[in-house]
Amino acid sequence: MNQSNCKGSMSTASSSTNWKANDVVPDQFPAGLRVLVVDDDPTCLVILEKMLRTCLYEVTKCNRAEVALSMLRENKNGFDIVISDVHMPDMDGFKLLEHIGLEMDLPVIMMSADDGKQVVMKGVTHGACDYLIKPVRIEALKNIWQHVVRKKKNEWKDLEQSGSVEEGDRQQKLSEDVDYSSSANEGNWKNSKKRKDEEEETEDRDDTSTLKKPRVVWSVELHQQFVAAVNQLGIDKAVPKKILELMNVPGLTRENVASHLQKYRLYLRRLSGVSQHQGMNNSFMGPQDATFGAMSSLNGLDLQTLSVTGQLPAQSLATLQAAGLGRSTTKSGIPMPLVDQRNLFSFENPKLRFGEGQQQQMSSNKPMNLLHGIPTTMEPKQLASLHQSAQSIGSMNMQVNTHGGQGSSLLMQMAQPQSRGQILNESTSSHVPRLPSSIGQPIMTNGIAGGVIGRNGIGDNSRGTGYNQVPPSSSMLSFPMNHTTELAGNSFPLGSTPGISNVTSKGSFQEEGNSEMKGSAGFMQSYDIFNDLHQHQHKSHDWELQNVGLHFDASQNANPIQGNLDVSPSVLVHQGYSSSQRSGQNRNASAVGRAMFSGVECVEQGNMQNFSPHLNNLLVDNSVRVKAETIPDANCQATLFTEHFGQDDLMSALLKQQQGGIGTAETDFDLDGYSMDNIPV
Amino acid sequence: MEVGQMQRRLIEYTKSLFMEGILDDQFLQLQQLQDESNPDFVVEVVSLFFQDAEKLLNDITRALDQQSVDFPKVDAHVHQLKGSSASVGAQRVKNGCIAFRNFCEEQNVDGSLRCLQQIKQEYYHVKNKLEALFRLEQQIVAAGGSVPMMELSF
Repeated sequence: MNQSNCKGSMSTASSSTNWKANDVVPDQFPAGLRVLVVDDDPTCLVILEKMLRTCLYEVTKCNRAEVALSMLRENKNGFDIVISDVHMPDMDGFKLLEHIGLEMDLPVIMMSADDGKQVVMKGVTHGACDYLIKPVRIEALKNIWQHVVRKKKNEWKDLEQSGSVEEGDRQQKLSEDVDYSSSANEGNWKNSKKRKDEEEETEDRDDTSTLKKPRVVWSVELHQQFVAAVNQLGIDKAVPKKILELMNVPGLTRENVASHLQKYRLYLRRLSGVSQHQGMNNSFMGPQDATFGAMSSLNGLDLQTLSVTGQLPAQSLATLQAAGLGRSTTKSGIPMPLVDQRNLFSFENPKLRFGEGQQQQMSSNKPMNLLHGIPTTMEPKQLASLHQSAQSIGSMNMQVNTHGGQGSSLLMQMAQPQSRGQILNESTSSHVPRLPSSIGQPIMTNGIAGGVIGRNGIGDNSRGTGYNQVPPSSSMLSFPMNHTTELAGNSFPLGSTPGISNVTSKGSFQEEGNSEMKGSAGFMQSYDIFNDLHQHQHKSHDWELQNVGLHFDASQNANPIQGNLDVSPSVLVHQGYSSSQRSGQNRNASAVGRAMFSGVECVEQGNMQNFSPHLNNLLVDNSVRVKAETIPDANCQATLFTEHFGQDDLMSALLKQQQGGIGTAETDFDLDGYSMDNIPV
Repeated sequence: MEVGQMQRRLIEYTKSLFMEGILDDQFLQLQQLQDESNPDFVVEVVSLFFQDAEKLLNDITRALDQQSVDFPKVDAHVHQLKGSSASVGAQRVKNGCIAFRNFCEEQNVDGSLRCLQQIKQEYYHVKNKLEALFRLEQQIVAAGGSVPMMELSF
């Protein structure tokens, strides 16, 4: 890169109006990088500000986390990176980290005078892209732009992968070059890269070089419209052009839609992937020993648990897998996330088992990012819906079981390969009505399932705090993972539940309500499965929901889709349940994809509903704390995981829901348009 | 005293602070951040530190004075003091905080009180030294000279 030190001489080689595929970052990047610094220590804050200014960054400082969050929310595209202290009086730094990840999907650097291994690990697992020890030196700050670039690059890559289905003319390799002219152009430059021959391309190109392209903000409503359009078209057939037409939003370009779709897909993937991860982390590993032999490959933990609980018959597993895989073919992206997520977790066995093949894809590394798009907002709702739906899910699960494929579809969706998961679900469903064997189905259409799981995984790792909602985050988190492994071994959306819980905790989903919800929705599915699996493990249920929520958080989606997905796990869970009920379609095994999709739906809109039935089931059974924060409004928008949802809250909410009105799940979520069908598995 | 002399004195003085471990490299970082656009940067930051530190020390004293000491809270204060003292380069204060945290973990009131005393001493010590340093700088500037930059070559 040409940019040399922050002092300034950015002599980028090319002047760039259109940056080609090389690393040249146009203009003066990283100068002008917009950094938000959060620290309650005034001394450090001033010093950091000065150092960052010296590096030619644009600095905004803030001494309270709440204020920082609201600044970020008001101005979604206003910052490129956030640096936050770990110990703050009003909000834990990790919690903030989760929120940001879920809602805005920005890279976050943690810092502290504490250099203890646990704390640093916590930062890593919560998704911080770096951890600095105080006193911070200017040299450490000079290179923070790398995190911004890396993130974009990864997103780009994910988009490509998942987006390849969409447009033939996309240039996949654009992602390689991630030149970042400005972070604001995230969607823009990506788009421009991808489509050389798009009309907007030229314009994008030019814009990207200017560092100041206006970014489309995917509001909840917009995202819901998007999800509706996607569902209508079918996730496999959802191409930006058509989506754009269906949405009929003036001023929205195909690029915007395309990039959003990418994120959405990633989110879904992440959802399914997360669950896997989660399983890994957690303790679930153990108990279930895996009857699944096949699945066990997942994380080892997850599968086993899944298998054990699920007793997924090999055949169903196979079916599911096939289904899942089949689905995934369309969306290559999706499976990946799961895998990635798995990767995220160090523990994880590299293969999530989602679809074995898919898993590998997933390893692509973005566990967290997968669910960018998923609106975190979904969480609350989703949780709520999940909660409600959990119960219904139970029934659904049954359905799922029958369908086998469907259940798996849920899972599968998440992780696509999750077919296994589905199987688990199926088997599990027998155990636990909650466990949405249907999970596969309604809850998370493939995308979500994967996403959810993925999310969970992500949620797990990334956030310790993320899971705030879920108190036993660890347990919960693992749950999804475990579950996933068990269920489908791979695509277990449930895995995502941890993510879901994340979502809830984050509460931040509000922003993108839709997308996030979706995430959780995905989880729902997985959640169901998990529930089944974990019948004995109450925690897991909670966790799943939580995870779902968490995932949403994790998704940090800058774009609803992606971010949300992450979040969704928990959200999805909730949502999934409720949505599943509502959407009926999800539920039935009829559509494996659907199931997955429902997860996805949640993401989009709070499809969580689908999940919620599952979730409810889960909840019911577990009485886990999964507080399905069944947020009354299904629209995932952020309600799910409003900040105030702590894990405990989430759990309690879920529990309440279960007790209270599982049936309501559906009403809670407005998972509109979230059709499971669309979820590409 | 003429400017050159004052400058030499300043350098020697600053060096001694480093040698004695009162200040560490982070202080130099702060000095390097100072430039024409921000000529009083170091003084400002250090003043902020003084304010913050005194408040924290008071809070800690009060907390340790309670019948039943809230150690997590004390620990949080100490942690913050550690962070800010580390950021300005007040090495001994920072080290005192590190030791203090151990006592907090053990919930040892006596040990904590002793440690607090020590930290306070170190704090006032560094405060005096830095204030003297700033006075020297002011004199140089008032005499028309420029403040020499320290280089840690030892």
